[in-house]
Amino acid sequence: MNTSKLSRREFLSYAGITTSGLLLGCSTITSTPSTLPKFVEIIDNTPQRLNIFVAIKPDNTVEIVSHRAEMGQGSKTGIPQIIADELEANWANVKVIQGLGDKGYGDQNTDGSTSIRKFYDKLREIGASARTMLEQAAADYWKVSVDTVYAKDNYVVNKNSGGKLSYGDLAELASKKPLPTVESLKYKTAADFNYIGKPIPIVDLNDMVTGKTIYGIDVELPNLLIASIERCPVLHGTVKSFDATQALKIPGVVDVIEMPVTPETVLYFPLSGVAVLATNTWAALQGRKALSIAWELGKNKTHSSKVAFDQFKSRLKNDPETVAKKGDVAKGFSASANVIEAEYLVPYLAHTPMEPPMATAWFHDDLCEVWACVQNPQAVMEQGAAMMKLDAAKFKVHTTLLGGGFGRKSKTDFANEAIYLADKTKRPVKVVWSREDDIRSSYYHAGSVQRMKAGIDHSGKITSWQQQAVYPSIASTFNSKANSPQDFELSLGFGDLPYDIDNVLMQKATAEAPVRIGWMRSVCNIQHAFALNCFIDELAHVANVPTVDFMINSLGKDRNINHKETYGFAFSNYGETLEKHPYSIDRYKSVLNTLTANAPINEMLPKGQGWGVAVHRSFVSYVAVATKVEVLNNKLTVKEIHCAIDCGLGINPDRIKAQMEGAMIFGTSIALMGNIDIKDGVIVQSNFHDYPVTRMNQAPDIIVHLAYDKNKDPGGVGEPGVPPVAPSIANAVFAATGKRYRELPLNQYFTV
Amino acid sequence: MIKLNVNDVDHNVDAPDDMPILWVLRDLLKYKGTKFGCGLGQCGACTVHINGQAVRSCITPVGVAHNAKITTIEGINDKGEHPIQIAWKENNVPQCGYCQSGQIMSALSLLDKNTNPTDEDIQEHMSGNICRCGTYPRIKKAIKEAAAVLVTQAGAKS
Repeated sequence: MNTSKLSRREFLSYAGITTSGLLLGCSTITSTPSTLPKFVEIIDNTPQRLNIFVAIKPDNTVEIVSHRAEMGQGSKTGIPQIIADELEANWANVKVIQGLGDKGYGDQNTDGSTSIRKFYDKLREIGASARTMLEQAAADYWKVSVDTVYAKDNYVVNKNSGGKLSYGDLAELASKKPLPTVESLKYKTAADFNYIGKPIPIVDLNDMVTGKTIYGIDVELPNLLIASIERCPVLHGTVKSFDATQALKIPGVVDVIEMPVTPETVLYFPLSGVAVLATNTWAALQGRKALSIAWELGKNKTHSSKVAFDQFKSRLKNDPETVAKKGDVAKGFSASANVIEAEYLVPYLAHTPMEPPMATAWFHDDLCEVWACVQNPQAVMEQGAAMMKLDAAKFKVHTTLLGGGFGRKSKTDFANEAIYLADKTKRPVKVVWSREDDIRSSYYHAGSVQRMKAGIDHSGKITSWQQQAVYPSIASTFNSKANSPQDFELSLGFGDLPYDIDNVLMQKATAEAPVRIGWMRSVCNIQHAFALNCFIDELAHVANVPTVDFMINSLGKDRNINHKETYGFAFSNYGETLEKHPYSIDRYKSVLNTLTANAPINEMLPKGQGWGVAVHRSFVSYVAVATKVEVLNNKLTVKEIHCAIDCGLGINPDRIKAQMEGAMIFGTSIALMGNIDIKDGVIVQSNFHDYPVTRMNQAPDIIVHLAYDKNKDPGGVGEPGVPPVAPSIANAVFAATGKRYRELPLNQYFTV
Repeated sequence: MIKLNVNDVDHNVDAPDDMPILWVLRDLLKYKGTKFGCGLGQCGACTVHINGQAVRSCITPVGVAHNAKITTIEGINDKGEHPIQIAWKENNVPQCGYCQSGQIMSALSLLDKNTNPTDEDIQEHMSGNICRCGTYPRIKKAIKEAAAVLVTQAGAKS
């Protein structure tokens, strides 16, 4: 084969290029902030159409930006996999670059299981666009039509001569090509995919096993101060006075600074408190212990979550507000043979990522540079700008790797703390959160109460259904007046009821937020899927029908549901259209069938053991879970979990499997041990001894069944595994013991 | 001044005796591979070896480690070619990766004492190391694979 290897000089003279490096830039956003890295400025003059950037170096390295945060879900590998595939890059030549915070990339808030499902089409566009420009450059060089060339494996090949040009050689010439129109792009067929659908190892794997990865806690700068902050233990409490004399005596302590007062609407602003700044972490922690602070604890100082749950129950009974309805439930109940009622409770929860929140900020050269383990670098820019009354363009935000996120690190209050202190000290400051800080000053998953009531007829058909939910809203974080579950929360497994029932009534009640409320992995699906799946299991036992059969019967005909038309419920469908991601009853049944085909849920079991099942659609993916438990001498053991997932086209099957394994263990933590209590306005728990999470000796055997249809658009993966876990465990406990446990966590009843 | 040997390099550090080794390593000597997770010895993210024993460096004051030989994740194999690192990679163990330094250091101390650990041995030894991502099933598998390789290597040497 004739491989023509152009020298760099030949190429430059041919192309008339004197600058170095090729950069193909793509953005749908027309304005580009001035704080972008240099390479983006180069493309400022070109039409911007897509979101993510491809850069090719003369040495044939393909730099691909991953614009989303990596916290273990694998998108830092999955995103480049998609681009590299359409780009016909050789994976060995790909270098992944973590994108800075920049609206040009589109949404960077790495939550909602969106990194793949919301960007798959765009990422392919970006890859195909870059490939087209390289092909055009080669065609121009050879003076042949572009149809005569094709890209393969980091080269463009001339079909006539068999000659090859490397991407590295073509880079500069290609960079001068106009961006092709989206309509003109040709995409690969699924049969030709090199990387999409393949279990590519994560890009940081080697660094992770050699201790070289950089997380938020690992950021180092010259002259860096470490800050540890004593925050008011009660939300909206303030510092009355403080004495820093003893703290300042600790060797290494440099400064003590009062934090600004928590605003009424908390947003991601700092909490009231006092920061101790030192030259090392230990000194900062010791200095903090030596502080003497008098607090004004404020309006939440008498709040008790236990008392609030009783209030929730009475509000649902006495003062419910209708959210959606269909038919006439009262008539349905009176016509039914059996009416069953149950009440479920899921407590407040905290995320506890292994790396607590960490952020470093530094004002220099007329900008504020931030390095932090944040899920949303643009939030750092916006909320930092709002707090400092600066332009968001003054913030340059580097997303480090995250030692877990689970939603906690979408709330960038810790970055605002660092920004505040960096401004006060005029030095780089790293704010380090202890585990106690993390558990006591979180944005909590809200504690909830749900009441369920159903009528079933003699044939075991559900004739009437009333469901009620109450919990403090995430919206309260962004608007202090919001005090009941919002439609976007009820769209997470409550208003989007899959079962085919003639009479339905959905209601909610009010709940004030005594702490900051946030989203945690799978969000309100946690409580909604728990109540729904536990209650369905209860009904199945009353109807004396195996639970999976009862589910499939009750789901009704294969169909797509439009909840707006059916119940008048404003279902948000995870920000997707129903055309692209229908609410499909077929797919519910399909994951249940995959589950029962693989998990031995009908096996004969010794006394004290039982299987439980649950199924749930969230983040437009479908997951069914079957769990086997054993209860012996009041010790509950989760022995085995099977999980079937249909997430549409899977980009990296090994990471999907890993996410399911992780979700089973995360869900097990919720079911067995997850519990945050609020007493006198203060979070009772503080570290892993009183907020335990699943350890290896509690982790069940996990078998994942990938049941996805490659022809369906990709759905979410990071979160959908979590919701069915807790109800499958509770249902298994019923199968094992004959007793219903409707309040989580289960360690209040059993040793775990 | 406290004299320490970290990964075969001698250091003299100016630290108060009560400063935990974790912060000596991270803040004073800039060995960042060892992680902070809880500060109470409950999660294992900070596990290092001191004179061959796995310890939780977040609760071990440096004052007890005068002249000690400390091994951190950076001292296992810089290229990631130790059998335990290879097993970790072959099983694609990490998700976020944050706890994995501690997991690997704990796993090594298990394999040091027990060349052929059962599931129960692994569970018992590793239950002090929390992984919130839930990589336990793969850690178990990787430890068994590494054990097999280490036994073969030891056999080849003898």
